This record gives sequence, C-alpha cells and structure tokens, in this order.
Amino acid sequence: MAVALQLKGQRRVGMTGDEAVAYAVKQADVDVVAAYPITPQTIIVERIADYVHDGELKASYVAVESEHSALSACVGASLAGARVFTATSSQGLALMWEIMWIASAMRTTIVMALANRALSAPINIHCSHDDAYAVRDAGWIQFFAENVQEAYDLTLMAFRVSEDKRVLFPSIVNLDGFILSHALEPLYVLEDDVVREFLPPKEPVNPIDPERPMTYGPLALFDYYFEFKKAQAEAFKSVYPVILEVFREYEKYSGRKYEPVKAYGVEDADVAVLILGSSAGTARYVARRLRSKGEKVGVVSLTLYRPFPASDLVAKLKGVKALVVMDRSYSFGSPGAQLFMDVAAAFANESERPLLINAIYGLGGRDLLPEHVEEAFRKAQEAARAGKVEERELWLGVR
Amino acid sequence: MAVQIKTLREMPREELFAPGHRLCAGCGIPQLVRTALKAVPGPKVVVTATGCLEVATTIFPYTSWRVPWVHNAFENAAATAAGIEAAFKALEKKRGVKRPKVIVFGGDGGTFDIGLQALSGALERGHDLIYICYDNEAYMNTGIQRSGATPRGAATTTSPAGKVIPGKPERKKDLIAIAIAHGVRYAATLNPAYPVDMFNKIAKAASIEGPTVLHYFTPCPTGWRSDPAKSIEIARLAVLTRVWPLYEYEDGVYRINVLVKSPRPIEDYLKLQGRFAHLLQPENRWMLEQLKRDVEENWNRLLKLAGLA
Amino acid sequence: MSKLLSWKDLSAPIIAEAGNSVLYKTGGWRALKPVLDQSKCIRCLLCWFYCPEPAIKRREDDSVEIDYDYCKGCGICANECPVKAIAMVEEGVG
Repeated sequence: MAVALQLKGQRRVGMTGDEAVAYAVKQADVDVVAAYPITPQTIIVERIADYVHDGELKASYVAVESEHSALSACVGASLAGARVFTATSSQGLALMWEIMWIASAMRTTIVMALANRALSAPINIHCSHDDAYAVRDAGWIQFFAENVQEAYDLTLMAFRVSEDKRVLFPSIVNLDGFILSHALEPLYVLEDDVVREFLPPKEPVNPIDPERPMTYGPLALFDYYFEFKKAQAEAFKSVYPVILEVFREYEKYSGRKYEPVKAYGVEDADVAVLILGSSAGTARYVARRLRSKGEKVGVVSLTLYRPFPASDLVAKLKGVKALVVMDRSYSFGSPGAQLFMDVAAAFANESERPLLINAIYGLGGRDLLPEHVEEAFRKAQEAARAGKVEERELWLGVR
Repeated sequence: MAVQIKTLREMPREELFAPGHRLCAGCGIPQLVRTALKAVPGPKVVVTATGCLEVATTIFPYTSWRVPWVHNAFENAAATAAGIEAAFKALEKKRGVKRPKVIVFGGDGGTFDIGLQALSGALERGHDLIYICYDNEAYMNTGIQRSGATPRGAATTTSPAGKVIPGKPERKKDLIAIAIAHGVRYAATLNPAYPVDMFNKIAKAASIEGPTVLHYFTPCPTGWRSDPAKSIEIARLAVLTRVWPLYEYEDGVYRINVLVKSPRPIEDYLKLQGRFAHLLQPENRWMLEQLKRDVEENWNRLLKLAGLA
Repeated sequence: MSKLLSWKDLSAPIIAEAGNSVLYKTGGWRALKPVLDQSKCIRCLLCWFYCPEPAIKRREDDSVEIDYDYCKGCGICANECPVKAIAMVEEGVG
C-alpha cells in the first residue's frame, strides 16, 4: 500500500465490508436504492438510509416490503434512467430470483451487493456461496471481493462496468457474509471528486421517456424468444474486455491492480487450489508456508466469477498437475459442485489439463482453517504423484 | 383540479392505444385503457402486470402502446411502478427531468392475489401512481381459473359447477376496502357502461398526488361464456342489479354514483353468462341465495358508508 | 407480416415504434360485419367509446366510420346503438 499512500485523493479509514459498500454507493451518487433488510447485508442499507436522511446522498430510498419488490423496483428505476443499487443475501436473493433474469434480459444496470449467506434449511445467517451460485446463469456480472478494500473498489467499478454502453448488464459484488460484511478493516477510499471523475452520472440508453414512447418487456413467442436469447448471449460475451479496461482505468485512480484471476505461486506449481472470496487469504498463507519448505504449490482465486474467465484461468494453470477446486456450496446430484463444473468445462477441450478434485468447505460460516487447505494440497500432491484421483469429493473439516 | 366532463363529446379524441392488438372480440379491457390514457393529462408511463392486456397488446414486434409502457412480471407491477416513480422523483430533483404520472394496469389475479403484497407496499409508501385493476373475475389469460375476485357461485376451470360444489364457494374480496385501509385519498369503482363517470373518476385520481386505486368491471365473453355483443349490456346490468355498485371514496367521504333505487333481478345479469348458468338450476338455489345475500350486504354496507342508510 | 429479424438485429426487448400494431390487421377475425346506416346515426359516440379495438373512427363532426381493417365483429356497437343504426351482417354478404 506504499504506492497508494503517495496517491493524491485517498484516505485511509476503518470500515466493515457493509459500511465500505455503503460508502461507495454514496460516492457513486446513486439515484435510487430499493432494498429490504436481511442479515448480513442489513448494515449496507441502514448506512445508505442514514446518508439519504442526513441529506448526504440525494437519492430516492424505496424501503420496499420484500426483496421481490426491491428488485422489481430497481428494474423500473433503471429503465427510467436512474443509477440504481440494492443489496441482499441468501433467502432474499432466492426471492428475487425470478426478477434476476428479467433485470439482465431487459439490460438494466443495477448494482447489487450480495453479502453471501447460506441458503436454508436449516436456517443459518453465515457464509456460503449458495446464493451467488444460484444466480450464476441469470446474466449478471459477478465479482467476488476478498477483503473490505476490494468490496469498496469493486462496488465503484461495478457501476462503471454495468453502465458502459458496450455492457448494459447488471452486476453483483459478492462479499462473504460476516467474514467481510461485519469485519472492520483498514482501507483506502477515494475522495468524492475522484470518484466523480472515474464514475460520471449515468448516461442511460433508451430510458423511459414520454417524448419517445417505447414498449419495454414485450411478449416474444417462438418466433422471437430464441433470437432474443442469442442476442443476449452474444452481448454478454462483449462484457469481459470492458471489465479489463475498467480494472486498468481504476488502477490509474487508486493505484490498486485488479485482475479477473489472481494467481499466487502457480508459475512453477505442481498443484494448486482455486477459491473464491475471503478464504483466498487463508489459502495463500498456507501456500506461502509450504513454498518456504520447497513445496511447489499455488493458489488461484477469482475476482470475476461471471463472465467466467475461462481462458485466463486455463493459461494461469498451465503446467499444474492437480487442482483442488474449493466450493463453499454443494450441488446435489451433480457431477461436481458449482465452481468445479465451471472449471471442468473450462478445461473440456484442453489437451493438457490438471487432475481435478472438488473440496467442499466452510458451509454455513464454518471457518476454513489452514490445516484444511493443507489437507487439500496433500490430496492434490497424492493425485499428482499417482497420476489419478482416488477421491474426487472432499468435505474439509466436517465431523 | 381535475377536468370533469358531462358528455362523451368532451372526451379527448387522441387515441394512445392502437388497434391491431390481439384481445378477444368483445373484450372489456380496451375501453378502460383508452379512457385512462385520455383522462390522465400530460406525460405518463404505463406499467402492466402479466395478463391478458399485457400479452395481447405487445406481441413482438408489435405494440399497441403510444405511451411508454413497461412489463416486468406478474406480481410486481406496483413495485415496478414504485421504482419508476422513485427514479423520476430523483431525476427531477437532480437533473430537472419532467416527472410523468405512472399508471398501473393489473388484472384481478395480478391485483387481488399474487400482486397484493406489492400493491400494499406501494400504497403504504405513498408513491404517486394510479393503480387500476381490470377485474374480469378470474385468471382469464391462463384459461379461466378462479381468483380472489371471482364472485361466489361462478364456475371457472378450478371452481367448476360440479354436482356437489356448484361453482366457487367463497365470496369475492373487497379491493376498495383494502385500498382505503392503507389510507389512500381516493378509490373508486368503474364500469364501461358508464363512460362519463369512468372518465371523471380517472381524471380525479390523476389530479391527486399520491396513490389512488380504481377497480374496473371488465366483461370477458371468453371466460364468462357470454355473447361478445352483450359485453356492455352485461356491464350495465351489473350496476343495475347492484352486483357492481358504482361508488367512490374521497378523503373520508363515500359517494354512491349510481343510486340504484329499484334493482333489476340478479337473474337478469346471471342468465346472460354461462359461468352462472348452473345457479339458475333449482338444485343450486342455495348458492344463488348466498350470492344474493353477498350483493345485498355489500349494497347496505355502502349505503351506510355513504350516509344513505 | 414483416420479414423475421435475426438475433443480430436485436438487443434489449424493446419496441421503439409506438403503436405499430396498426400493421397487424385483425379484420380477418370477423365472422359478422357491422354495417352503419349513416342516415340513422345521431352522433352520440357510444359506438366510438365502446369499440374495443378501437375500430370506429370519430370524425371531426362526431360522425363515425367503421375501420374494417381492425373490426373483429364483436357486435357491441350494433347491440349498444340507441337508434339501431348498425346492423350485423354475415361477412362477405353485406
């Protein structure tokens, strides 16, 4: 952070993940916030309500009666041309699920903070990635923050990406429930005028305008639905380069470098783990320790989950003999949990590919301990040595 | 003050709802839509819940709408409208964008049943919008299933006129009372057989800042198994039999707009509709009597509220 | 019907041409056809108001004409006309 300290227009502050997201939303000068309280996201919308009620943020705050209405209102507001934000977790996102698809297909630019939480039952308020995974197919861009700093930075960048005329898709910024949402960490925040320069007011495309009356959300039957989906699919493919561009642009303002795939030690690694969110730090801690003993292990983590950075990932894992894909969720009856399936698909037509192991960890907020990561590395080393995987599915730390 | 008219001639000529839509012959929805778009002055945005009106008027690449029109989903028309209203409020303050009036059309399924929570929320929060329920008394778009707005005794595909249970056993919900319980300033019933009354009420609703709720009687020849030519005749009989009282609520005052002193027999209304045919059979007389009691109780309740009892 | 568009022509599901359903003629649905006797018409405008399409055009002088491109033949106009100026006849006969 020495570089950042020298940059003008930044301040070092202490905030929780939720507070940092709310602060970014205020600085983004959003026009509409529609949200419903749910742990562990609630602090985000509480802080935003403070900003609005104290006159620090000139936005319409719609305190809706459900998450379903929250996202519905966001769709309407985004079509009207507003910069729009919402936040939710777990069950709340499940209730929004129907509208998630509509929000994308209608090309809204909503930004959502998702404080990741396990899906019921049993009811639980702590971290799993079930919620993020459950909307992976809906056509939203998804970022994963590893710490509070990233939660702040990615929130600002998400607006810029979503509202880019080459993009026009909504974004989710994932932050691990409690682990990041409630953890107080130091971070650097940009000054308001710097944010305004990086993120000018939204220039809406085809907003609702009585002078130019258009029909939004018509019925498309078998003669057109297929073409609309193909058009959406192709449009989503153009998102990735814009994200890279925004990452580079943001670096100019913040001094902080972002990449879709973060890699540690994989250049010479025999084995590696792939992980999302806050646990990447734990994985790197273990890898560092093992590497200091001469073991060739590496860690890759994803800042960008959708669109899935498949080619970048494949390139970074070149030469890795065995990879443990860490999933903080489970997909019942499927040939692997959610991230595992993505990775398997990413390598599908590669002649050179690592053996794949799927490790399930941390469900419902269970801590991922260094020994769990070490166990994952050991299994990968065994597989690499044997040239085959004995046990494809591991549950780390379950009793 | 709202513009109030006395004759049809005073109704604006401009048509903001185009022909070429795919609503059934004899449908009662367009009369509402055309009138609403004439009665609400100035810039406006329409939000429509999934339902007959939505599917039949916006089959890609065609639209019948000459105003901005938004469809999101089935149960969330009021929430979508709330978001649009909130956005324009913010954009008006920040960038001087002119704020349009938001009009919502939802069917009875989308209003009484699946959309009731979103409507309740929008009314409670006080958004500036006109919510109009076009009530054809069942889920017509999916093929005539009973809703919370289906009247007692009516046959639908999920409340059939069976040998043991002749039609829907439960009475219809009271949408206007639900709206008033939220503290709305204006709520009223509408009927296409009373065009001037309908226009004036919509114009009044448009003149009020904040949420208003209108409840429109919507003849449905397909779902009611009635002659399409008789849609308006049936609508008129609904008023004259006291089945569909025309009344309004304004800042605490109830007014009955068509005081039906000597009602026509309810059978005159029922016999034009296949959905009620079984009620005219002697073995189902008990159900008919219950329906009559519902109608009478409702009328007497309204008389009391209007200070006419 | 216009030529079907390719996905390359599409983006968000929006229809930018307001009221273009006029290109879709629904007159073909009609089995019975309303025929207006102008000499009987009293210009009350009821048929204009009640027509669900709208397929009854209101002229400057408040006389009306039926637009058969859209009329689905529901018969509301004939049923409601207070002076019986509209008759329903079989399509292709009158």
